[in-house]
Amino acid sequence: MKTVLTAGQAEITDLFVPKEHKAALDLKGSVFTLTVLRLHTNDLTDIESELKGKIAQGPRFFEDAPVVIDVEPLKEAGLELDFSPFITLLRELRLIPVGVRHATPPQQEAAKRAGLALMKGGAIRDLPSQKASTPESDAKSAEATTTTRQHKIEKQAESETAPVPTITKVIYQPIRSGQQIYARGGDLIVLAAVNAGAEIVADGNIHVYAPLRGRALAGVTGDRTARIFCQNMGAELVSIAGHYRVFEDNVPDAVRHKAVQIYLDESEQLKIEPMGG
Amino acid sequence: MAKVIVVTSGKGGVGKTTTSASVASGLAQRGKKTVVIDFDIGLRNLDLILGCERRVVYDFVNVIQKEASLKQALIRDKHCDTLSILPASQTRDKEALTREGVGEVLEELKQTFDYIVCDSPAGIERGAVMALYYADEALVVTNPEVSSVRDSDRILGILSAKSKRAEEGQETPIKEHLLVTRYSPKRASLGEMLSITDVQELLGIPLVGVIPESESVLQASNAGVPVIHDQTSPSGQAYQDVVARLLGESRPMRFLEEEKKGFLSRLFGT
Repeated sequence: MKTVLTAGQAEITDLFVPKEHKAALDLKGSVFTLTVLRLHTNDLTDIESELKGKIAQGPRFFEDAPVVIDVEPLKEAGLELDFSPFITLLRELRLIPVGVRHATPPQQEAAKRAGLALMKGGAIRDLPSQKASTPESDAKSAEATTTTRQHKIEKQAESETAPVPTITKVIYQPIRSGQQIYARGGDLIVLAAVNAGAEIVADGNIHVYAPLRGRALAGVTGDRTARIFCQNMGAELVSIAGHYRVFEDNVPDAVRHKAVQIYLDESEQLKIEPMGG
Repeated sequence: MAKVIVVTSGKGGVGKTTTSASVASGLAQRGKKTVVIDFDIGLRNLDLILGCERRVVYDFVNVIQKEASLKQALIRDKHCDTLSILPASQTRDKEALTREGVGEVLEELKQTFDYIVCDSPAGIERGAVMALYYADEALVVTNPEVSSVRDSDRILGILSAKSKRAEEGQETPIKEHLLVTRYSPKRASLGEMLSITDVQELLGIPLVGVIPESESVLQASNAGVPVIHDQTSPSGQAYQDVVARLLGESRPMRFLEEEKKGFLSRLFGT
């Protein structure tokens, strides 16, 4: 009695980029947004009536729309699906089934015979048109979101099989005028004063648990989420991912000698905010 | 084991040579066999302040280049026979100071002397780096004003990066001492000068002494007698304290407050 429609992405990476234009064809990678039809039942009558209802909400959206059939819930429930009548049903409803995912080996065979591609991967997100619908389908999309998250976690787990460790550099000595410290590929923690004329630079965040009187540049390789934290703000210059501010006439009274954090807000404005009590 | 003390500052005119002469004299007065070396090649000053400029025959560069022996070049101080001076060359280029050459001379001096005081030139060029390279301790001379503090900060950075102890990653780094010179309590209280606390906070190294601004320093320099010999002047007394502290004695800081004028002098305005 359940069919939830979600949109997914099919990712294709570059296969071959020809150097000469004389070639008869080009092979290029591209990313498409496809509608994923997640089946919660193998009862074709139920599927038909519910799907007709969905299509009635936005007939033009679904007209000749390519869809990917996701049979994962069926697999979990131990249900089989008779592919050929199901595909016939989709075509009658003017949908174009192009692939199937999460199919069991026998289903894969059936899908191939029916001319469908076997799809792999792709994060699922809710179809926008479905969100602003009935409370009933809201509940369903909430359900879909949960599964989406699970998928994301699984996907992350796959891609992070070999995590790259970030190196944090810790400095215990004062950093003096004319000295520069660069934390490549990670964060920088300084436990002594950064004096005027000194420069501390990091690819990641910068923490200074002492007065910061020199220049601090975080996220220098472009990390906009990098932040600068310092216990006693008196910097000459601060910068996050190239967005910088010079304190020509000293730091504003509101944050001078205060514990602050410095970051980029949504509109890429450099923010200096007092922290703690 | 002989100790090498560098007197350095980055900035010029803050009192390095005055300090070198007075500290070396003070150590010698206390019976330590001391030699003071002028690293300011091309601008001989130390021999003037010590009043021995007319006795200079051979210099530091002659010794490095093996044109003279140490014995020939060293000048015995006229006030204190435990003090010797190795003067700078006025005619040579400072490129003559090579790391190996300086190292050899210092090694030889270590055989005879207890303390080797290196009077560094201003700046952060070769002469200054050579003066601090072999140091065990550093006297960082700073005036209570921002540019001097900034330059001292710079030189402290060089001490912790370019000295022999730093390069070899020795367990005990150079022992750093902050010496504030030309301090005027009155001007500091009026906010015209940085206070001792400000300077200390900015540089973050232990304070070894405060030398008050005094006319007697200039007079002593002109007379060729280090101010430490003037026991009546506050500056001379302050240098005595510095030497005592360098030798491990603990003495309270003096001359930090404005001198309270007596009733009569207040009345008559003198």
